[in-house]
Amino acid sequence: MSMPALKTDAASTALPVTAAPVVTMTPKRAPQSEKYAKMAKEAAVRVVPPLIVVAFLLVVWELICRRAGSTLPPPSRVFSDTKELIFDPFFDHGGIDKGLFWHLSASLQRVAYGYSLAAIIGVALGTLVGQSVWAMRGLDPLFQVLRTIPPLAWLPLSLAAFRDGHPSAIFVIFITSVWPIIINTAVGIRNIPQDYRNVAAVVQLNPLEFFAKIMIPAAAPYMFTGLRIGIGLSWLAIVAAEMLIGGVGIGFFIWDAWNSSHISEIILALFYVGIIGFVLDRLIAGVAKIVTRGTAVN
Amino acid sequence: MQAYLKLDHIDKIFTRGNATTEVLKDINLTIEKGEYVSIIGHSGCGKSTLLNIVAGLTGATHGGVLLENREVNSPGPDRAVVFQNHSLLPWLTVYENVKLGVDKVFSKTKTRAERDAWVMHNLNLVQMAHAKDKRPNEISGGMKQRVGIARALAMEPKVLLLDEPFGALDALTRAHLQDSVMALHQKLGNTILMITHDVDEAVLLSDRIVMMTNGPSARIGEVLEVPLARPRKRLELATNSGYLKCRQRVLEFLYERHRFVEAA
Repeated sequence: MSMPALKTDAASTALPVTAAPVVTMTPKRAPQSEKYAKMAKEAAVRVVPPLIVVAFLLVVWELICRRAGSTLPPPSRVFSDTKELIFDPFFDHGGIDKGLFWHLSASLQRVAYGYSLAAIIGVALGTLVGQSVWAMRGLDPLFQVLRTIPPLAWLPLSLAAFRDGHPSAIFVIFITSVWPIIINTAVGIRNIPQDYRNVAAVVQLNPLEFFAKIMIPAAAPYMFTGLRIGIGLSWLAIVAAEMLIGGVGIGFFIWDAWNSSHISEIILALFYVGIIGFVLDRLIAGVAKIVTRGTAVN
Repeated sequence: MQAYLKLDHIDKIFTRGNATTEVLKDINLTIEKGEYVSIIGHSGCGKSTLLNIVAGLTGATHGGVLLENREVNSPGPDRAVVFQNHSLLPWLTVYENVKLGVDKVFSKTKTRAERDAWVMHNLNLVQMAHAKDKRPNEISGGMKQRVGIARALAMEPKVLLLDEPFGALDALTRAHLQDSVMALHQKLGNTILMITHDVDEAVLLSDRIVMMTNGPSARIGEVLEVPLARPRKRLELATNSGYLKCRQRVLEFLYERHRFVEAA
């Protein structure tokens, strides 16, 4: 029985082998530089259009804000005003008079704590709600109401509870980003195909093995959708929360700049906030791509 | 002869709200060790439900399943299933998919190296060892089903349950895989219970064909012995009178006496 299969396999592979040298010769003759040129072309296609748009917008901005009496500084002034902050992000004169690096890292730390907590608790609660009908009936209405509360509305309550700005900020991050993680995880768990459950039943996986080997990988694409929305929301919330809490952090840096009328500094800070938000999003997307390889396509 | 697998007065009633549907009615069947039994019937007659009851994935409303005189009512590796749509876990490689079952079943009786060798042995049986590091979405439908068979075989089941294992495959791949299953049955002597709706497949592979009447309340209408010597050769059987007679019997049952009444 197996013999015909092997024979046909050999026959079908034999054909391309004879044809192969002819095929491979052509690309080899092509100079290496052609390959680089192609890569450069691909990069240019991605990079050039946004560069043109950015340059165009900068020119428009410059033209609009150049006039005397303009309320906002033009890009050239922003650059000259904030040169010091751009080129020396690491200075530390004590108190809150620090370089942007320290402000950003303080904010990122808060996000890291709050978001990690949200990820762990969100996945755990999402699993519970996805797995148990009664947990869903009991908890889902609660989640649907709580998730609509704006992040900053939690801040006074958490300040009252914790009596300190730092844990309050972390709590706000947590409470903002936990909902999409819970809801998406629950959907992912509920959508695990019956086939996989049957396989687990036949193999007799215990609940713990089922959780680790079937549930988490099967629900991973959904979980990461939630985690990605969550990181975006937590970065949104931290800036607002820090404005009110004070201390070191990019949010308070912006607020402080506003109070001292350093509009250029605000613009620089916004630029950094945007870039970091983008990087965080890409980071989670990258992790998702590695973790869910194979799962998404079925 | 002692019954190896016994389906004893199985009824299955599904209840949805107020509506109750009797799917299976008084199913009695005994299967001997090493026997290859097919269950054939029109779609919707409850044959997959019956297989799920034997597998323990669904409970019977009345009656039960006895394997070596002991009742079985929950799923387990002693009744490994090859699912219709292969059901390989897409995030595991071919090797890891087979290993999942092997690790559970032989966690105490085999060392790590022995388990590894056992996985490879079973992949070799279905000629899939070359693709051990591939993921399911990188191999063809027929190959996936081969891996599904290897996963089930590797658990050393007492009964191998095949749920329309070739249903989703094209005709050529199907024939190829049927030959493989026949060869495996010949070599390993497994007891096999297969669900099918393909008459030729049933006659070619089985020792006995169980024909089910149409649902609701499907019963076993007729059991046909297939008195053909093994190993069987597809081409030779095409003109074999015994083969044709069996084929005729099943066709008559399905298309004359128990015509599928709803629009097909």
